[in-house]
Amino acid sequence: MGVGVVGFDFRIDRRGGIPAYVQIVQQVQQAMRLGLLEPGDRLPTARAVVEATALNPNTVLKAYRELESQGLVETRRRHGTFVTGTLGASTADSPWRAELADVASRARAAGLERDDLTALFSAVLEDLYVSKEPDVASPQP
Amino acid sequence: MSHPPSPDVALAAVGVTKRYRRRGSDVLDECSFRIPAGVVCALVGPNGAGKSTLLELAAGLQRPTTGAIEALGGMPRAGHPRVAYLAQHRPMFTRFTVDETLRLGARLNGDNWDAELAERVAAPARFHKSERIGDLSGGERTRVALALALGKRADLLLLDEPMADLDVVARQELMGLLLAHVADTGATVVMSSHIISEVADACDHLLVLDQGATRLCGDIDELTASHAVVTLPGPVEQLAGHTVIESRPAGRGISVLIRPSGAPLSAEWEVRTPSLEELILAHLATGEVPRTTPSASLLTKESAA
Repeated sequence: MGVGVVGFDFRIDRRGGIPAYVQIVQQVQQAMRLGLLEPGDRLPTARAVVEATALNPNTVLKAYRELESQGLVETRRRHGTFVTGTLGASTADSPWRAELADVASRARAAGLERDDLTALFSAVLEDLYVSKEPDVASPQP
Repeated sequence: MSHPPSPDVALAAVGVTKRYRRRGSDVLDECSFRIPAGVVCALVGPNGAGKSTLLELAAGLQRPTTGAIEALGGMPRAGHPRVAYLAQHRPMFTRFTVDETLRLGARLNGDNWDAELAERVAAPARFHKSERIGDLSGGERTRVALALALGKRADLLLLDEPMADLDVVARQELMGLLLAHVADTGATVVMSSHIISEVADACDHLLVLDQGATRLCGDIDELTASHAVVTLPGPVEQLAGHTVIESRPAGRGISVLIRPSGAPLSAEWEVRTPSLEELILAHLATGEVPRTTPSASLLTKESAA
């Protein structure tokens, strides 16, 4: 795998209520799922992210540590932070997506509104991943 | 001061009172707090809470009427080489040009001067360097004053509303430069602000002043985690034992911001962690300031810890 020098600008939504560090983690995960970040690609340095986003340095470091603990990136001293893992289970051809779509359409036929279903799904996730940050996905084995 | 200097504490006050006129009211009233080194601390409070006075005291431009304040382990003095201070009204020589002002900063700070950073903050491309300070707009003036403060490479930056009168783009840009500077140098920042979202993103520490006294001081994550918003159907008496900060009606029930005592909260109640904004507003909404007794050990590192 070749080292790719990729640009990556994080967009931080100040109003959405999602903690900034979770947004950074999610944006990296999302880019990996979409194939926009591949193993070997280098993420911007924490300092560069601090300067670009005006976030507290600890927030950015917390996000990078979280990505590291999920096995998605690796920080090599003096060289930077590199993508090492892959994420890809939630793409369109995933069998889970088909099953979820089936459940969702039956719920809608039974009269559930979009918000009811969102709340229900969040509650199920909440029960399932009690001690985990609900918005941060785990790496694929 | 009889205590040995403590390198882990950047700024501390014990029972600081400041009165400008003999029979006047106290601008600061038995104010005590301790800000650890390396944090980015927001100084928050209503108008007239004493924020600017506190920063002037910390910068050594004023002396407390009673009590003691310590910056970087020593008594504050004006012109301290390791302390940078951005005053609210951005005092500079109005007849100097931008260029001359930056050169003066370089001359006064010698080898410590970060010319590159100062130039970036002042952003001379946006306006002529030969323009006089007195002819600049409020925002441009702030940029030059901030350039002087950041160029100094100080260990403690005392910034009085650093982002006031800057447009949203400049705010993001300059806050980014300030925080990247912090990431590079490990400097401590104490900055007053009225914008809570700015505080929540940029700061990791909080000092809330009200009526000249400390309302709240500590790590932001720890402060929010040590409080809870509880929604319950019954009267507030059900929360006896917990410290009730603020209570407001919620339909037939009440929503109460508390500091839990450790006693269990009923599983029937909805309990969540407050946002920083809720926490600050709740603490400022209560009328009287709970007095914390200033302890002599405040300025020194706790040996028991």
